[in-house]
Amino acid sequence: MGELLQYLVTGVGIGCAYALTGSGLVVIYRVTRVVNFAQGSFAVLAALTVTTLLAAGLPHGLAEALAVLVAALTGLIAGAVATGKPGTTPQAGLIITLGLGVFAYAVEILLWGDQPRSFAGVPGSIDGIQKHYLLIIAVTAVVLGATALLFARTDLGRALTATAADPYAARIVGINVLRMGLFAFALGGALGGLAGVLITPVQQVSFDSDVALVVSGFSAAILGNLTRPGLTLAGGLLLGVVQALVGGYLSTAYQSEVALIFMLVVLVARAGRREVLEAA
Amino acid sequence: MIKIDDLTVRYGVATALDGVTLTVGTSEMVALIGPNGAGKSTLVNTLFGILRPASGTVTTSGRLALVPEGRHLFAPLSVDDNLRLGAWRNSDRDTGLVYELLPELTPLRKRPAGRLSGGQQQMVALGRALMAGPDVLVIDEMSLGLAPLVVEHLAANLRERHAGGLAVLLIEQNARLALDLCTRAYVLEAGRIVAEGPSAELAGSPEVATAYLGLEEG
Repeated sequence: MGELLQYLVTGVGIGCAYALTGSGLVVIYRVTRVVNFAQGSFAVLAALTVTTLLAAGLPHGLAEALAVLVAALTGLIAGAVATGKPGTTPQAGLIITLGLGVFAYAVEILLWGDQPRSFAGVPGSIDGIQKHYLLIIAVTAVVLGATALLFARTDLGRALTATAADPYAARIVGINVLRMGLFAFALGGALGGLAGVLITPVQQVSFDSDVALVVSGFSAAILGNLTRPGLTLAGGLLLGVVQALVGGYLSTAYQSEVALIFMLVVLVARAGRREVLEAA
Repeated sequence: MIKIDDLTVRYGVATALDGVTLTVGTSEMVALIGPNGAGKSTLVNTLFGILRPASGTVTTSGRLALVPEGRHLFAPLSVDDNLRLGAWRNSDRDTGLVYELLPELTPLRKRPAGRLSGGQQQMVALGRALMAGPDVLVIDEMSLGLAPLVVEHLAANLRERHAGGLAVLLIEQNARLALDLCTRAYVLEAGRIVAEGPSAELAGSPEVATAYLGLEEG
């Protein structure tokens, strides 16, 4: 029982990182229709930045906050490159983000080398569960809650939803559609960066860790059709827990396959449902 | 208010508007009628800066707001949120005045705009445009796809707003409605203004009567 609880908590903790990564994808996709394949890079960049800032003597908290800010700025730049030129299609934007992800590898290897890095998180454990997982869960709950409030309760959030729903009408009422897209990229960058900052004390991060994160984040987001934050959170948590259980009771070697199988199942189920709808 | 002078707009090599000149004065109510594909929506999109003119000028003074063709509401957002976004450029986003002007929207305020009937949606689109506090209201195909009673109700509301000093450019396929509502009108065909003048005069001209009012010549 103790073992099961441990797997569940660590699974939810890792799932939170997937949910944050997936939520970043959703925020960007909803507003710009661009599937951002550089989403995992925000996490890696932020995590590696924390290692440098801590080594430079900055205290915990400040180092993590600055790293998330760096990820948000990187998101803003990625958004400007992927969507800034008028007439760029979302498909072209997707390819640009793939290119930016590869470019990020080069920058990360130049600055931090190719060895995995980590830093200390919250020390100590309760009943064999590292306290750091509880921090991941708490921070994710607060941040995703605040993001939901931003969309539901503020005029900026309404304008972001309006841009997603009807860019033409958004322009008519005077909303700057390009600026909304850039804000979405910056927010996506911050959410991705936060995922990296939170997860690194329990999982080492190297320049290519973005692949595992983006595959899991994308799997979570695809459950909500890349547009629904609630289902993305559920998908992320479910994926994290299943991976932890597979890792705990079978083998840790199968963890990344779990995300791919999850994605396949969701896509096949969706395709099946569409066929049924079209036949009806 | 609106002054369009010798405006030409092209899509690639195709000319959508060819030397169009049109004005809407303070507190004036002007109609632009013409068949589908005449260039009416091109004119709207140029007026709102979405398309760029190849030549000619568009000058506006005061605040412009648009009720677009097909309504273009923010479907997932509530009626109230749609109205608030209409005032995106303003600091005052209080929706109270619009509910006073369009009281039938009050019970719908929490409903997602995408779930309303066509007539209700058109009312929200009108309310959203009014939220901008416009001096000129441009309405693109107000009557399209709506029941005659709904159109009548909208027209009555528009008359009231106009009586309050609002200038209107009404772009309509329904020429009878447009000529009935507006004091002056332009006829747009294949990108050119082919007739203009007081509505009563245009309604009396045999060409307009035959082509747009469905009346037989002679």
